[in-house]
Amino acid sequence: MAAHTPWQRNRALAIVESYRGQRGTLLPILHDLQHEFGFINDEAVPVLAQALNLSRAEVHGVISFYHDFKRQPQGRTVVKLCRAEACQSVGANRLVAHAERRLGVTMGGTSADGSVTLEGVFCLGNCALGPAVMVDDQLHGRVDTVRFDSIAGDIR
Amino acid sequence: MTEAMTAEQITLYVPRDAAALSMGADKVAAMLRIEADRRGVDVRIVRNGSHGMLWLEPLVEVATPLGRMAYGPVTPDDVAGLFDAGFLEGMAHPLCHGLTLEIPYLKNQERLTFARCGIVDPVSVEDYRNHGGFAGLERALTMTSAEIIAEVTESGLRGRGGAGFPTGIKWKTVGDAVADEKFICCNADEGDSGTFADRMIMEGDPFILVEGMTIAAIAVGAKQGYIYIRSEYPHAVATMREAIRLAYQQKWLGHGIHGSTHSFDLEVRVGAGAYICGEETSMLESLEGKRGTVRAKPPLPALEGLFGKPTVVNNVLSLTSVPVILARGAKYYKDFGVGRSRGTQPFQLGGNIRHGGIVEKAFGITLHELLYNFGGGSASGRPIRAVQVGGPLGAYLPPEHFDTPKDYEAFAAREAMVGHGGIVVFDDTVDMAHQARFAMEFCAAESCGKCTPCRIGAVRGVEIMDRILAGTAPADKQLTLLEDLCEVMADGSLCAMGGLTPMPVRSAIKHFPEDFHRPAAAIAAE
Repeated sequence: MAAHTPWQRNRALAIVESYRGQRGTLLPILHDLQHEFGFINDEAVPVLAQALNLSRAEVHGVISFYHDFKRQPQGRTVVKLCRAEACQSVGANRLVAHAERRLGVTMGGTSADGSVTLEGVFCLGNCALGPAVMVDDQLHGRVDTVRFDSIAGDIR
Repeated sequence: MTEAMTAEQITLYVPRDAAALSMGADKVAAMLRIEADRRGVDVRIVRNGSHGMLWLEPLVEVATPLGRMAYGPVTPDDVAGLFDAGFLEGMAHPLCHGLTLEIPYLKNQERLTFARCGIVDPVSVEDYRNHGGFAGLERALTMTSAEIIAEVTESGLRGRGGAGFPTGIKWKTVGDAVADEKFICCNADEGDSGTFADRMIMEGDPFILVEGMTIAAIAVGAKQGYIYIRSEYPHAVATMREAIRLAYQQKWLGHGIHGSTHSFDLEVRVGAGAYICGEETSMLESLEGKRGTVRAKPPLPALEGLFGKPTVVNNVLSLTSVPVILARGAKYYKDFGVGRSRGTQPFQLGGNIRHGGIVEKAFGITLHELLYNFGGGSASGRPIRAVQVGGPLGAYLPPEHFDTPKDYEAFAAREAMVGHGGIVVFDDTVDMAHQARFAMEFCAAESCGKCTPCRIGAVRGVEIMDRILAGTAPADKQLTLLEDLCEVMADGSLCAMGGLTPMPVRSAIKHFPEDFHRPAAAIAAE
């Protein structure tokens, strides 16, 4: 995954500015901030509130509502395991247990060296080729334990 | 080099669909290029959408004088052998399935929405046009708003997102509303497990959605559209944005569409991992940049939708059904289907199924036909014990119900729903009590929190299921409590999240009661 830059207020304001004139832009702005900085820094909240004429509570409410927006730095690689029904039917729960052991983190956690975050998601749209796993934006299908280990072997 | 000296260029097709990529399609395409260059063969590699025979992905096709020959599933290691066997001339190979369009899985379908998917280059306007694309929009441009809406109403098209509301009536409501601006919002927040048709059509034939939305815009008088795509679909987001860029370039979007006086602007917005945003009012909140909490209805979004303006909210599969209705007429479309379920539905076979993928058929096909004639039974080879139809809020059905025809009313009569056309298959190792617990767990995780039956009820539901699974309390009493809770959730929730979570739970209890009466002795064994 691309390296993230440390928080810069001016960079954040430039992102907000790039959406000027459009409506309902808080989600696109938050996506861009997360892409740039790796997570949504607490310092972003008052900046966004002021720029978009919202209360800080409203901004906080939006950030905390959506699973995608993270308040802390994530691992350099993010591994998402599908835990929904179609993948359950072909052994996703066993894969979850295996992945936790193999990566040494529990679901939702980040490894101590910051290399990897393991996350459970509900459906990656690859339901005929489960269990499905997404590593950053790369989708993998029919991931058994052997395939998982080969994917995990590439994580630095 | 003169043209006469050039050996004829051969066209290969390797899908760019996310499912194909998940099985290594990019590596296969790269290896085909390397091997062709090494042998000095002139090949053109088109990255098409998937035909929807997902167990064959990556499916490599070769254009031959007889038609496209199919080889799959191909791994990078197979590539040299394919060249050796003469696959460029369509010669035999263990991975060869003959002509793609003659493969029974595909040949026995009735493809209206997915007619071009897998065939065309998804990001070529020219290819789209050459395969009948934009014919519906061209006709719509010659019609009045009322005529377009009448055509869609007459076709019998109903919302493919799950609710099955007649699309033409929704359009008429928006069309009749008086406002300074109106919106078309496409719900591409396809979060139901077992569904992937929205993703596949957006990745394999994105212009059909541009066309369908533009027709809707002309019909109701909207100038701005949004496609709300879930963030779990980065490939669909990229393909859709590329298609929109090309459509602007070639005057199929923007000011003066195709030389007419109509204008329509279209934009992709990306969700942020909230299942509830597939609920239409919650999606509108999210598009406005707010928490995705559900709105009370009325007011209907058709009258007070996005930013309080009249808004058409339609699913991807509804909007992508529109071009063919306009191009070939309402009657053509209506002749497919049964009862009040007209037209076709791209059904999606997922989970523990041998031949998973897209099966577009007219309504009326039975579950049994889909599961066995197309799906080929379970992937594990064990008996199919249950299928969940219509997503995480849909019912679990046992084999005794596999004769149910795919029809909104027939499913409703069996306390089930067609939903978005997803079918998830489980073999006989499934524990239905665990599935019922998961339904509650999922609701607890994804509830927007607005109403109590859903927000708190789901948590209580998980607790009851934990007691049943542990066998620590008399099952009968716990099941009575659970039924009581289901009733409160079903009757007291604002939207389908809390309202339909009881459907998988109750159906699991009704059809698989043996899984819910767990002897205390079984606990130790687990």
